[in-house]
Amino acid sequence: MSQLLKINHLSGGYHKEAIVKDLSLEIKKGDFLGIIGPNGSGKTTLLRLLSRILHPQKGNVVLEGEEIASMELKKFCQRVAFVQQDTAINFPFTVSEIVLMGRIPHLKRLQAESKKDRQIAQNALVSTDTTNLAQKRIDELSSGERQRVIIAKALTQEPILLFLDEPTSHLDIGHQIQVLDLLKKLNRQSNLTIVMVLHDLNLASEYCNRIMLLNEGEVFKEGVPEEVLTYQNIEAVYKTIVVVKENPISKKPYIILVPQEEKNRGH
Amino acid sequence: MKKRILILLVILFLVIVLGIFKGSVETSFKDLLLKDNQPIVRLRLLRILLAIVAGSGLAVSGIVLQAILRNSLADPYLLGTSSGAGFGAVIAIILGISGVYLPLAAFLGALLSIILVYNLAKENNKIPEQSLILSGVIVSVALSAIIVFLVSISGNEALHEITWWLWGSLQVYDLKLLLIVSTVVAIGIAAIYVFAQDLNAISIGEEEAIHLGVDIELVKKILILIVSLITASLVCICGIIGFVGLMIPHMMRLVVGPNHKILIPTTCLAAAIFMIACDTLSRTIFPPLEIPIGVITAILGAPTFIFLLKRKQRIK
Repeated sequence: MSQLLKINHLSGGYHKEAIVKDLSLEIKKGDFLGIIGPNGSGKTTLLRLLSRILHPQKGNVVLEGEEIASMELKKFCQRVAFVQQDTAINFPFTVSEIVLMGRIPHLKRLQAESKKDRQIAQNALVSTDTTNLAQKRIDELSSGERQRVIIAKALTQEPILLFLDEPTSHLDIGHQIQVLDLLKKLNRQSNLTIVMVLHDLNLASEYCNRIMLLNEGEVFKEGVPEEVLTYQNIEAVYKTIVVVKENPISKKPYIILVPQEEKNRGH
Repeated sequence: MKKRILILLVILFLVIVLGIFKGSVETSFKDLLLKDNQPIVRLRLLRILLAIVAGSGLAVSGIVLQAILRNSLADPYLLGTSSGAGFGAVIAIILGISGVYLPLAAFLGALLSIILVYNLAKENNKIPEQSLILSGVIVSVALSAIIVFLVSISGNEALHEITWWLWGSLQVYDLKLLLIVSTVVAIGIAAIYVFAQDLNAISIGEEEAIHLGVDIELVKKILILIVSLITASLVCICGIIGFVGLMIPHMMRLVVGPNHKILIPTTCLAAAIFMIACDTLSRTIFPPLEIPIGVITAILGAPTFIFLLKRKQRIK
């Protein structure tokens, strides 16, 4: 697999403070990378640096040989899409209007969407299973439906790289699986590279082929789920005791939390 | 969309005809064609032009600020234009300046307050929306206080004119000024329309817009500059006319949706219709007296707004 994104000694954060510190990583085409780590470990900051919301203090990010900071923003957004944790939209746009906005990076000002643009948006609705919502207003959807629509908008950008910041944090388990299955399908069928911040270690274990464990803005461990999700790593970073078993169905690591009361009983 | 614009154009034509025939002086169609009555027709046509310019300028300014602030209750006077214009006018009157220079002073006052609001809100070369709202309120309150202070310590009779700024009027007293303002507003609206797509992206969120390739800080600065010029020019020719910039965009969003490519042209037409109708009312309710147009827009606007708000609450 060839290299898609290269992060070189990247430092960045808000104001003068560095939250991500001297971080280096390579992401290959077709990767499904999960970023995990405790609150404040720099997961979201890293995604914001990679998607040009924040500017690096030191280091750089290279996408297919081009440094992203010097790329034209529109050109960058033709290749990289971003799905936020929760998108609250105050205006009553319809779902099809929102999804069609994914074409904005490909259009000039005043240029109307062509038939081809509408077809791409339509395909995104189909692959996210949201065709039936097309004429509904975005502010009338459930959070699971809205998240799928936002992913459809991102797909309409026709990206080669998709960033997601905790795409399942407000969803119930049924919708969590639905969204992650969709991402897995896109990753497999269209070879879409996915980089995703996840809170839920078990979901990361099930869906990601690579996991990066962040601690205080630095990479603590990076590799396949079996290498990263060991009880030693998790206990060291999250400062809590866990038991790691094997999921009997998928054979992936399965993390079991241990409440304080149980620990006191001497298990 | 074409059908809707056509319907609005027909209504616009009808209110223009109504606006020409109705007035404090009752005239029949035949009489209006007489040579003696030409000045009346001319005067009414100019008022209609000002109504169109003021209505569409205020409404499109409202649309822009509502999109930038992602708040459908934002008002074009939010940037401090109204109190700034009043401040400029009061200073001019105290200094004994009058005539053409009075609107110029009002314009400079409006620009001054916008620059003040903008710089107060600016933070690391960015304009956070919360800071913009707060600075707008602070500057407006401070300037209003200074206006009242100056009016109360000054014996100048001319200062009573200042109430004129509070409620607005579409009386055309200077043709040249009207033409300049119309040009500024027309170019301004056309320029805003160029950014229709960016406005769509910004109205779903600042970071969302960046992810769609929109250079939001630059676009916001350009749009705020255009809106400032439009509102400052309008406030110096017709004073403060409330509710139009708030209500018409809100209403049109319910009718045609929030897509700015459609919202901007339809709102221009709807606002023009509304203003001509209000102006005709203001001239004909108590002839020969003229009610300030701001009073009419508020009397019609407030109940409509309450109705829309309640309807929205019921839907939720």
